[in-house]
Amino acid sequence: MLTVLVDYDSGNLHSAEKAFQKMAADTGGTVLVTDRPEDVARADRIVLPGDGAFPACRRALGAYGGLFEAIEEAVTVKGRPFLGICVGMQMMTTWGREYEDVRGFDWVGGEVVKIDAHGLKVPHMGWNDLVIDHPHPVLEGIATGDHAYFVHSYHFRVADPAERLAFANYGAEITAIIGRDNMVGTQFHPEKSQATGMRLIRNFLGWRP
Amino acid sequence: MLKTRIIPCLDVADGRVVKGVNFIDLIDAGDPVEAARAYDAAGADELCFLDIHATHENRGTMFDLVTRTAEHCFMPLTVGGGVRTPEDVRALLLAGADKVSFNSAAVADPDVVARAADRFGSQCIVVALDAKTVEPGRWEIFTHGGRKPTGIDAVEFARTVAAKGAGEILLTSMDRDGTRSGFNIPLTRAISDAVNVPVIASGGVGTLDHLVEGVTEGGASAVLAASIFHFGTHTIGEAKAHMAAAGIPMRMA
Repeated sequence: MLTVLVDYDSGNLHSAEKAFQKMAADTGGTVLVTDRPEDVARADRIVLPGDGAFPACRRALGAYGGLFEAIEEAVTVKGRPFLGICVGMQMMTTWGREYEDVRGFDWVGGEVVKIDAHGLKVPHMGWNDLVIDHPHPVLEGIATGDHAYFVHSYHFRVADPAERLAFANYGAEITAIIGRDNMVGTQFHPEKSQATGMRLIRNFLGWRP
Repeated sequence: MLKTRIIPCLDVADGRVVKGVNFIDLIDAGDPVEAARAYDAAGADELCFLDIHATHENRGTMFDLVTRTAEHCFMPLTVGGGVRTPEDVRALLLAGADKVSFNSAAVADPDVVARAADRFGSQCIVVALDAKTVEPGRWEIFTHGGRKPTGIDAVEFARTVAAKGAGEILLTSMDRDGTRSGFNIPLTRAISDAVNVPVIASGGVGTLDHLVEGVTEGGASAVLAASIFHFGTHTIGEAKAHMAAAGIPMRMA
């Protein structure tokens, strides 16, 4: 079983790679960091990380000839399990509204907007506790009250409450996990979230939607 | 609810953990990777590596150390010391750092913060600000391990780098560092009130009450300490329990 981590020059893939390798060793799969559309096409699972600004990430995905389209096809046509992390999760939206309006994959309806934390510090940086909205195989063993590590200034406002799997409180409800069909996304960084994050990664690697 | 973070800081020189008392006397306190693993297991909320020789001896930063740490520790790691350019940031991020800290280079040219933040995002750009009291209620930025005055007002400089895109400020009181007499609370409060990004209080922790004061009186989002943890005076768990008992939201392991 091949899991690809899509590398489009956005942020730190080293810790994500190590975390997925560690968990994949338990489940018997391999992990490949790649920027090649053909690797995405042959992958059994796809992980899209991402740090930085939404428009820059979207442009970078477009810059690697056919990467955006390869992910789109693998996920929506072939139904491969997909995990988006941080901006990779935000990329699942209809609209990103960071600096300018940019379209995402439009898999989960909604928009990515600046956090309005009512006087709290932005970015929302650090450990926050999850409140689970809906159970999901990827959340097995993870409960309301478990902590995850967040670093972001924009957040995903989900149109359909059924597709928000968990949130965290920071001035308002901040979407923490989204999911629909064969796709999930986490606003937080599972690869930095110690035992809770490693659990989620392991669940994702064993998930058969 | 977002929790207040406890960040053990490993001052590193020549691949080993050291802690300078007022940045002069160095005491060897072990292997950084082992220390990082121990703090990971102990429930530290983040880790910080500072290469304390990088600036004044013009050494490169410690990629190998960062890489080895990132292989074992699935928690946020900030690395600083000798970071001058966006290329330095990129190299450290690729090695496995989650955030990279500018210090002297940001003082020399605050625009380097903007260039790095534009390229990699504010979330991974920290500015480490070393401040010394010059008169009551006024603090000045010092560089080169606290030896070089700059004449720059610390509060103004904090506003500047936050506006340039720093995602976090690591504030060290050079008056207090190594003294174990507690954070410089008026300084911490002034900086924390001046910027909308998280401020990490550093310099002077000697007791668990000092950690509490940094948050409740100083307004810090996170507290950084070295000696009280490195030498086993207190565990991370004790510190968290003490802060939680004082009413501060903490992530309990």
